[in-house]
Amino acid sequence: MTFDKLKPALLLGPLVLFLGLAYLIPFLGVMQWSVTLPEPGFSQYGKAVSDPLIQSVFIRTFRICLIVTVCAVTAAYAIAYVWVRGTPVQRLVTELCILIPFWISVLTRAFGWVALLSNRGLINTWLQSAGIISEPLTMVRNEFGVVLGMMHFLIPFAVFPIASAMRSLDERVFLAARGMGASRLRIFWSIFVPMTTPGILGAALMVFVFALGFFITPAILGGGRSVMIAELIYLRIFQSPDWGLGAAVSVILMIFVALLLVLMLRFVRPNKMLG
Amino acid sequence: MKPTPIAVFLAFAVALFLLLPLIAVVPVSFTPARFLSMPTDVWSLRHYQALLDNPAWLQSVWLSLRIGILSSLIATLLALAFSLGIWMFRPWFGSLLFGFVLLPMVAPPVVSAITLYFFLTTLSKVNDIVAYDTWVGVAIAHAVMIAPFAVVMVTVALAQVDRRIDLAARGFGASVSQRIFKVILPNIKFGVFTAFFLSFVLSWEEIGVTLFITSVDAVTLPRMMWMGLRDNIDPAIAAISVILIGIVITVILVKTAVTFTLSRKT
Repeated sequence: MTFDKLKPALLLGPLVLFLGLAYLIPFLGVMQWSVTLPEPGFSQYGKAVSDPLIQSVFIRTFRICLIVTVCAVTAAYAIAYVWVRGTPVQRLVTELCILIPFWISVLTRAFGWVALLSNRGLINTWLQSAGIISEPLTMVRNEFGVVLGMMHFLIPFAVFPIASAMRSLDERVFLAARGMGASRLRIFWSIFVPMTTPGILGAALMVFVFALGFFITPAILGGGRSVMIAELIYLRIFQSPDWGLGAAVSVILMIFVALLLVLMLRFVRPNKMLG
Repeated sequence: MKPTPIAVFLAFAVALFLLLPLIAVVPVSFTPARFLSMPTDVWSLRHYQALLDNPAWLQSVWLSLRIGILSSLIATLLALAFSLGIWMFRPWFGSLLFGFVLLPMVAPPVVSAITLYFFLTTLSKVNDIVAYDTWVGVAIAHAVMIAPFAVVMVTVALAQVDRRIDLAARGFGASVSQRIFKVILPNIKFGVFTAFFLSFVLSWEEIGVTLFITSVDAVTLPRMMWMGLRDNIDPAIAAISVILIGIVITVILVKTAVTFTLSRKT
């Protein structure tokens, strides 16, 4: 074997080895925790699917993720449409509004929502001083705040696959429809939306997968009241040391996300998502 | 087909929604009270002063900088070598390897967090440097999390390179390292720099994994903010948020202005 034959291994090897040691093997270790702590066997998995508390957390997680996905993708579609097809000024403004939040830390964004929504926050203060409400509206420490915060985090992510689907359309299709007398609304619903469906599905699955493992925003805006699955894992590891259960829930979550990703790859080719 | 006024209105409503919480922190950061309160007529810089007075904030910034630089160096170098390997040799198992290295990016962050917690607590039993709650340990964990993003960025840059120049170099008898350093790297240096920059920002902001692998010693800036957000909200968070938002907006505006002027020239 010549030295040149080893070159591919020298280039590919380090990262694969690094992730193998620092990620794959530790993940196997987590799987081992899930079947050995506190006692050997699959009892933690049984508990994870039968315990009513954990079941309710799973159900709440799915409900919140579904709501967030629908809202975030709809909002992303609206802003992506103008970002791709608007006038140069509209494009510049929407682009800045997408990119600025995208680069800002999740903590800052969650804090911004706390400042807006809390009982003595900006919105309640304004509404009360304007005399519209007498008692503050409860908008954080419940699902409403969690949904808003997660939407805010995920909209920029949803914009990219949708925008890339919109960019790839052939303008002549619309001219043809126009020429045959279709109204603007008809063109939008019967041609534009169906042709961008792969982008919509890709964005929806991506948002849903991201939302499932989401932790920081629900923890801050949910205030411990509407615990989602990721926060449950955190609590099981650090507050009520129950590593086996935390590990088992992690493995279930990982398997579920893997299934969703396989589904996702059927709708969007990965290179499309990179835009 | 230009957007109708309704479409533009909806898009700007979404844009406003995206900017709203960022705008909201600005007035809150100038309030005079010791607790989180709403703006009145009295303005004050005390929360900004608090950032300077409490050495923990500056320490956490310094720590986050060190971790960011080390982790993005590791991630970018490993990702660069890997992406070059895939691009130059196109091994038949390439897409399998590619899927494998993207794992930390697609796995739910909390699963990665518990995985890296296992990794570092296990290492803690045999050494004190790459361990739980140490800065090198955090940097290694961050490198795991950001390497996939660096791989994506470098691969995108490589996709723009004309393969024929590499073939020509090869045809003239250039060795693998000559092809890399004299032909390919000069063509993707901007992409590599972008990968490094993105990696740094991702590490600088990382909190999900960091929460699991640090406790009292390696308190990064996001971890410090998290502690101020959890129980009684510390208004210093508003001040640091305004500073961070200011940095991001400045960088983006400068970049937009530069690309705009460049596009006008050509």
